[in-house]
Amino acid sequence: MGIENLFLGFQIAISPYNLFVAVIGITLGTIIGVLPGLGGANGVAILLPLTFTMPPTSAIILLTSLYWGALFGGAITSILFNIPGEPWSVATTFDGYPLARQGMGGQALTAAFTSSFVGALFSIVLITFFAPLLAEIALKFGPPEFFAIQLLTFSSFVGLGGGNPLKSLVSILLGFILAAVGLDIVTGQLRMTFGFVDLMKGFDFIVAVIGLFGVGEILLSVEEGLSFKGVRTGMNLKVVFDTWRILPRYARTFVRGSFIGFWMGFKPGGATPASFMSYAFAKRFSRNPERFGKGELEGVVAPETAAHAAGVAAMLPMLTLGIPGSPTAAVMLGGLIIWGLQPGPLLFKEKPDFVWGLIASMYTGNVIGVLMVLAFVPFFAAILRIPFAILTPVIVVVCAVGSYAVHNSMIDIWYMVIFGVVGYVFKKLDYPLAPLVLALVLGDLAENALRQSLIMSQGSLAIFVTRPIAGVISAVAVLFFVLPVLTPWWRRLRGVPAIPRATREI
Amino acid sequence: MRTADLVTASFLMVLGGVVVFDAVGLGIGWGTDGPKSGFFPFSLGVLMIAACAVIVMQAARRAAARPFVTRAQLGPVLKVLWPAVALVALTQWLGLYVAAAFYTGFYMRWIGRHSWLAVLAVAILFPLATFFVFEKWFLVPMPKGPLEAWLGQ
Amino acid sequence: MGLKTALALVLVLAAAPAGAAWEPTKPIEFVVPAGTGGGADQMARLISGIAEKHKLSPRPIIVVNKSGGAGAEGFLDVKSKKGDAHTIIITLSNLFTTPLHTGIPFSWRDLTPIARMALDQFILWVNAETPYTTAKEYIAAVNEKPLGKKMGGTGSAQEDQILTIQLEQALGLKFIYVPFKGGGEVCVNLVGKHVDSTVNNPIECASHWKAGRVRPLAVFDTARIPVGEWKEIPTVKEALGVDVHYLMLRGIFGPPDMPKDAVDWYVAFLKKVYDTPDFQKYLGEGALKPAFATGAEYVKWVEGNEQLHKELMAKGGLLKK
Repeated sequence: MGIENLFLGFQIAISPYNLFVAVIGITLGTIIGVLPGLGGANGVAILLPLTFTMPPTSAIILLTSLYWGALFGGAITSILFNIPGEPWSVATTFDGYPLARQGMGGQALTAAFTSSFVGALFSIVLITFFAPLLAEIALKFGPPEFFAIQLLTFSSFVGLGGGNPLKSLVSILLGFILAAVGLDIVTGQLRMTFGFVDLMKGFDFIVAVIGLFGVGEILLSVEEGLSFKGVRTGMNLKVVFDTWRILPRYARTFVRGSFIGFWMGFKPGGATPASFMSYAFAKRFSRNPERFGKGELEGVVAPETAAHAAGVAAMLPMLTLGIPGSPTAAVMLGGLIIWGLQPGPLLFKEKPDFVWGLIASMYTGNVIGVLMVLAFVPFFAAILRIPFAILTPVIVVVCAVGSYAVHNSMIDIWYMVIFGVVGYVFKKLDYPLAPLVLALVLGDLAENALRQSLIMSQGSLAIFVTRPIAGVISAVAVLFFVLPVLTPWWRRLRGVPAIPRATREI
Repeated sequence: MRTADLVTASFLMVLGGVVVFDAVGLGIGWGTDGPKSGFFPFSLGVLMIAACAVIVMQAARRAAARPFVTRAQLGPVLKVLWPAVALVALTQWLGLYVAAAFYTGFYMRWIGRHSWLAVLAVAILFPLATFFVFEKWFLVPMPKGPLEAWLGQ
Repeated sequence: MGLKTALALVLVLAAAPAGAAWEPTKPIEFVVPAGTGGGADQMARLISGIAEKHKLSPRPIIVVNKSGGAGAEGFLDVKSKKGDAHTIIITLSNLFTTPLHTGIPFSWRDLTPIARMALDQFILWVNAETPYTTAKEYIAAVNEKPLGKKMGGTGSAQEDQILTIQLEQALGLKFIYVPFKGGGEVCVNLVGKHVDSTVNNPIECASHWKAGRVRPLAVFDTARIPVGEWKEIPTVKEALGVDVHYLMLRGIFGPPDMPKDAVDWYVAFLKKVYDTPDFQKYLGEGALKPAFATGAEYVKWVEGNEQLHKELMAKGGLLKK
């Protein structure tokens, strides 16, 4: 890995044509990111045929730029409408949407975009200098390690919410149950389909999220009348610079989010759990955990940093091992083959101009991307000024389009409406929605990893202890599970009042 | 609030029962190579029934304090909900774009009392823009109806 | 001339001008009954891309993934579009295995066969750091202890497991079969030594082989793969003395009762795609077996292959109980 290679890459990446391609890619990607249901994978797949007439390096720059755009764009609807444009933006809604309702949408958007950029930069630097080494580490992660990671994500998140613990439990259970519907890949049996074709594909995470968060939130917010609340934001770029002055305060959250994101990202399906885990860690280590969920800027910084760091890290296994770290990378991998490149370990040696052009374009693409989206912050925030009677049907139609696009299936639009009502009822009855969503996204992955591990060990749970990496991660996960029980006991032992936080609540 | 709590928890209990029923059919044991297909759903179902049973008991003992939703709140909620349901139903018949045009136009006129000119402009331009973005740029086919068939799309 | 004849004449004139064959009049939906990034998905996107690049179709071909229920979602969707001339589907072995294992109401006979594009090979791979240089040595190691070696594969009761069971029954072995979600993931788990061997398709492991991380031991076919370095790999028969062979279909079907002239158009279109250098290059790189076939030849092959899957799955105890 030499600086001269990177220099060569930059010469390719900053050619006017490649810069132009990057701008196009980011623009399209941001649109795709904004539209729920249209993910980066769709976008890349759709553009792929158009790239056959381009040189491979420009083609990959177009596709990766689209991917960066989608990563940036996912946050926009999460913050403005509580509708996550992408799965990894779910955690961004927790504090981003309350901020927008308090009239701080511009700040939240600025924080989201800036965090995305920081997370991305962190991962790109690591890829630039340590790609082959990191690929070797990624190989050490088999099913047991993967399961341990899922367990850790989950354990870091439980015990964070207040309220009735039984209702949290029910929420988690419901998420796991929905995740189990459909084909069980370990045995190839259909579960809970009761002969209905429509149930065979299971419940898609993004459809559930559009319904629970998006539609449910509209229903809840109109209870006080048919209008949107607290949406007056300044229409100029001053908000960006003002927010930048505050952001250095969250330096530790940036670093933590970047590490979590990078580390989770190089395994498939990493960005979403990474964003949740980063949010959970930020809340745990915060001096004001009670402010989370009510409009804390740090609650936007944490998930966005991790999500974008993970999104970039997902490129690493694709480049070095030829395996996709995300569905989007999977489609790009298909592209490499069609362009006549053999993805995998030899790519660095055989096509250095391609690899280093791509890596350099990660820098240029993300710089262009963050500047573009930041320039549009006032414009995005102004969307909320559109009259209620126009904005509501537009949002509902976009939600319907997004739900349909996931599987091209009409039933998903009905699911969206049903999930909307469920979201409304659950929210009113104090069933927390976040654990449900987390269980839905992790349920399938975690169960598969667990059962693959158990097949490998022929039914013995010892496999999670005897393998060093899995053992350490599992131990940390267990620690997090028992922490809520131990903390009060520990405090009493030291003579500190058991619940000092309640006194600080405003 | 109490009634809603009871109804929701009871409904979820039934759901738990359905899950348990399905899981028993798949096998809930621990085979030679780990748990069978029904093992996890079964435990989830049983836990669900138990947790909901406790919630039902807690709720039953509590006095009914405030209503789940007041009449004043329900009005606007339904005003959002039923047109959305109508949109989905219409989509099945007319395709998404035509349904979206009717839905947007109706909503703007009914709730917003916007001028007919504004209503027509948005109701035509918005679905048209959606059409071009999805069908033409991103090549993502949406449900289509008689109008699109007639136009040869 | 009676009114009826006049009307008939008008109708004839209004219909397509004589001699002009059918052509797509709206975008074609190309269903992939598997996830993004896999072998079937790659081929579908390649076909769509080649059509775009060489202007082989007047309307775009839109690839749609419907992978739910091991492909059942895609098959049942196409089955429901009776007579539709603007939908096609690419199939892999789940065309047979999914209905046989899950009992969903679907058979390939519901669809209209269009063309067979290629057949995919299977190879027995081990990690390159293991001492086994021939299939014989590896099998001897498997035999030392029952359930001592782990075989990784894609999904459950699908081609990889069928092949594993065939191997087990032919040689009297027992592997621990570990199912994964996709072929790429299987090979990486082999590189990471989480499983001991796999039966990956050539393309899924090709780059790891070139990088010296995995080692091919035998090809599951009756003859060696006649291209490039693949020629060096012996067949299972040469290596182990037992005849275990299996090829996977990469074929295209249409919905039930697809109009005859539409089928003709797709056949001609796919032949043009097949003959492009891009497609031939893809076949070579992935060590896919060139096997373009249409009409009766294709149907006959599918019939035989269905029978084969029934027998193999019955022998392996994988049929729906």
